[in-house]
Amino acid sequence: MSLLDFFRTTRPSSASVAKERLQILVAHEHSQRKTAPSYLPKLQKELLAVISKYVQINPDDMRVNLEQNDHEEILELSISLPDEKQEKPHKKSTPTHRRRG
Amino acid sequence: MTRTIVITSGKGGVGKTTTSASFSMGLAKSGHKTAVIDFDVGLRNLDLILGCERRVVYDFVNVINEEANLNQALIRDKRCDNLFILPASQTRDKDALSIEGVGKVIDELKQDFDYIVCDSPAGIEKGAMLAMYYADDAIIVTNPEVSSVRDSDRMLGILSSKSRRSEQNEEPISEYLLLTRYDPSRVKKGDMLSVEDVQEILSMDLLGVIPESQDILNASNAGEPVILQGKTNAAQAYQDVVDRYLGEDVPQRFINQKGFLGRLFGG
Ligand SMILES: Nc1ncnc2c1ncn2[C@@H]1O[C@H](COP(=O)(O)OP(=O)(O)O)[C@@H](O)[C@H]1O
Ligand SMILES: [Mg+2]
Repeated sequence: MSLLDFFRTTRPSSASVAKERLQILVAHEHSQRKTAPSYLPKLQKELLAVISKYVQINPDDMRVNLEQNDHEEILELSISLPDEKQEKPHKKSTPTHRRRG
Repeated sequence: MTRTIVITSGKGGVGKTTTSASFSMGLAKSGHKTAVIDFDVGLRNLDLILGCERRVVYDFVNVINEEANLNQALIRDKRCDNLFILPASQTRDKDALSIEGVGKVIDELKQDFDYIVCDSPAGIEKGAMLAMYYADDAIIVTNPEVSSVRDSDRMLGILSSKSRRSEQNEEPISEYLLLTRYDPSRVKKGDMLSVEDVQEILSMDLLGVIPESQDILNASNAGEPVILQGKTNAAQAYQDVVDRYLGEDVPQRFINQKGFLGRLFGG
């Protein structure tokens, strides 16, 4: 127990606990909102359609991911290609597209 | 220019319909021709709160489906000539409202009305999305309570990304915070989030605070929007909200607990 706790006679009010929880939650949800632009699901669907013209892939074998840090955004596309003989995914192709911001 | 205003929240039971009734009555009483639309398809309630439930013949979905024209469906309020109600349909068909259908009705209302108030259903499903889609302004009804504040924040995200204004890269919807069911005595005790807390979390402009009030239940029992019960705190709080929305500089009331003398002599 710290000296500060020792002198604090009252517990924090329930309203201040609520406020703190909300501030953390809202900050988290806002950061998620930014990394998932609304075009992403559509982009994924269209990419899947294009790729399916050439290779038979499962929707689960494709991942589209957008990452953001301070100076750049990275759009990462990863597709597990099926093995032609065994029909089992093992090859991996990971093109990335970078945009400086 | 007509303004379209959505009364929304995400969470249910926070006071959207109560607010829609009093806000639209207030605008109408101030001399503006106002239409209020109930978007809660399947669970219509606004007609009850406004006391015109026995005069409903046609509804919003009938107009969209061209089974009735707008003039047949709009109900003129008996207390105020400037107020018209477009009731919700009782259908269970979730797809009864469409973006084109709603747009057509709103465009037609714009020819005739100064304000169009859209009473949103709870949630973030189709009805709520359509209620906010065409809005110019949004009143976010929030209770000082964790789940309501969180849902309001989510609704703000939706307003800024899924509305017509956002899709067409127009100036964004103007958002106003309306804190309802506020109890200053509980705030003082530390049991309830304060106005400042909620404003800080949502970073929004405050349109007003409606106190927790028994008069709201009495008003809905009687089918009269509470704003017409002029002596009550709730009526005055809603009147302030309307005046502020219309650009008057009205100081905030009902935020602080009345002192002993205030309680002794005040209502
Ligand atoms: N300021 C208030 N004080 C007390 N009760 C309220 C207040 N505002 C709304 N209510 C009550 O809360 C309930 C839900 O209100 P309603 O306007 O129907 O909410 P919503 O449309 O958001 O679901 C109703 O019973 C109403 O009388
Ligand atoms: Mg309602």
